[in-house]
Formats: sequence, structure tokens, C-alpha cells
Amino acid sequence: MARSPEAMEAIRASFGVGLAVAAYGVSFGALAVTAGLDIWQTCVLSLLMFSGGSQFAVIGILASGGAAAGPAAIASAALLGTRNSLYAITMAPILAENWPRKLLAAHWTIDESTAVAMAQSTLPAKRTGFWWTGSIIFIGWNLTTLVGALLGDLIGDVSQYGLDAAAAAAFLGLLWPRLKQLQPIVVAVAAAVVATLLTPALPAGVPVLLAALVAVIVGIANWFAPRDRAGETSPDPSAGTGGIS
Amino acid sequence: MTVWQIILVASIAVLALKLLGYLVPPSIIEKPTPARVANLLTVALLSALVAVQTLAVGQSIQLDARVPALLVAAGLFALRVPFIVVIIAAAATAALIRLVT
Repeated sequence: MARSPEAMEAIRASFGVGLAVAAYGVSFGALAVTAGLDIWQTCVLSLLMFSGGSQFAVIGILASGGAAAGPAAIASAALLGTRNSLYAITMAPILAENWPRKLLAAHWTIDESTAVAMAQSTLPAKRTGFWWTGSIIFIGWNLTTLVGALLGDLIGDVSQYGLDAAAAAAFLGLLWPRLKQLQPIVVAVAAAVVATLLTPALPAGVPVLLAALVAVIVGIANWFAPRDRAGETSPDPSAGTGGIS
Repeated sequence: MTVWQIILVASIAVLALKLLGYLVPPSIIEKPTPARVANLLTVALLSALVAVQTLAVGQSIQLDARVPALLVAAGLFALRVPFIVVIIAAAATAALIRLVT
């Protein structure tokens, strides 16, 4: 089948972003096993949840609080997932699919698929970018998750080697591309301070949830707003190389 | 809750939120406040997770090899080094410090 130059461009972008992002699955798989999940649980998270930021949040909170921190882990994953709702609203009119495909589109609506789609110039190229990026990352992310989980299982008690620091670095990597304006920087600093100060007083996971209130307050009041239009809803395409989330 | 229940409930919640976006009228996105709050929520949660993962051991705050490892990671991210390389460098930094101390 002949493809337009725009569609070819979209496919190239899908491979560039998709392969880079899929490779993080190794770190997720290894860290999930370190956090106490078995290989099946790790793979089900990547297959079913398929949203890096939420997945890292679940294993990070379970690692520090155990199963008792379950409600906080679920709430954190869901709050991080609200971003995907916005992407879905952006993608819905572009994809305009029937129901079975809409379900699949929903499952694959993440930072990178939306970013690649929105960076394309024509409607068919946007669709091509979304589906190619979604499928490349879905396959790659799940395969590398399995590899990471098997590796983590082999290494055993990996925290002494530094994988706990790797988890912190992973969250920083997901955060980094979002810190381009004053408002998110202020929110990030304040949320880190709130979570740290509350840690000794509250069960694991809860300080992270309360730190989210910083975003609600600053977001509604719109303090430290950028001078041009605030509230950008489509992700920065460059975020694609910064983190699956 | 068991770990399996946590994984399934959290996964279904995240999936449902994605699907929700295909069901609501697109006009909702024209209001800037929900969009802004959702974007800032991501920033706040990720930043809080960085802090807790770097400083907390259970419910206590401890400064250890994770702090210099995170500083190394921040420096490498600033230099636009690829994600997976930074993660390995951070893990290696912490592991080395633990080896010599």
C-alpha cells in the first residue's frame, strides 16, 4: 500500500519515540520485582495499566508501604492517570473510531502516542502516528517489562546495588520534561517539600497524595501563571524522549 | 488488600480514566482550569514521589547514597542523556557509595 510522505514521516516519528520509550520497560520490570511484586503481577501492570507514571507510582508506594499502602497506591495511580483523560479528549475527534477500536485507542492513549499524533500536520498522519506509536510502545514496553522482571528476579535483593536510587531517578526522568515554566517548577518544589515534611507523620503513600493538593490549589488559583495562554493540554512532543507516563 | 487486588483495581481505574476521555463532550477541554489542574497534578505527584523515594525509609527521613545518586541523575537529565543511561548511572552511583562506605 502506498503511503503519503506525511504518513511516512509519522511512522518514522513513531519508531524514534516508541523504541526509546519502550526501553524503559526494563527499569520498570526490575524495580517492580524489587518492590516485592512477582513476575506475573509486574507483567499484568504493564499489559493492563499501560501508563508508565502510574505504574512507577504503584510499585514505589508498595515498596515503601507494602500492601497496607494499597489505597494510597491506587489513588496515586489514578490521579496520575487523569492526564490521560485529557489526551483522550484531544484524540477522540481525530480518531473517531467504532467501539472495539475506541477501546483499544483508549488503552493506548498515553503521553507519547498523543504527542506523536499531535505533532503531525495532516489528519491521516495524526491517526497513523497515534496507532504506530501506540502499538510499538505497547509491544516494546511489555516485552522489556518481562526482561526487566526476569533480570530483577535473578539479581535478588537489588537495593544494595542501587536500584532504590534508580527508582528515584526514574521519577525524576518522568518529571524533567514538564519543568519548563515557572508554574510547574513552583508546584514541583512545593509538592516535594510537603511530601517530605509529612512522611514522618503519616503512613506510606499518604504524603504523596496530600502533596497533590498543591497542584489543585495552584491550578485553581492559577498562581505563577505563564503570561501567554495557560493550561496547555497536549503534551510536548519532546516529552516523548523524556518519559513514558 | 492483597497485591493482586491493588494491581487490578489500580489498572482498571487508570484504564477507565482513559476511556472516560472518549465519552465526555470535547467542549470540556475548552475550559483551561481542569486541564491546568490535571497537568499540575502530574508534576506534583511525580515530584512528591522523587522526594519520598530519595529521602524516606518507611516513615523516617534518611539522607544516604540515594541523594548523591539523584544529583547525578539531575545533572545527566540536564545534559539530555537518554533515560535508560541516567537510570543505570544513578543506580551505579548509589551502589559505588555503598561499596566504599
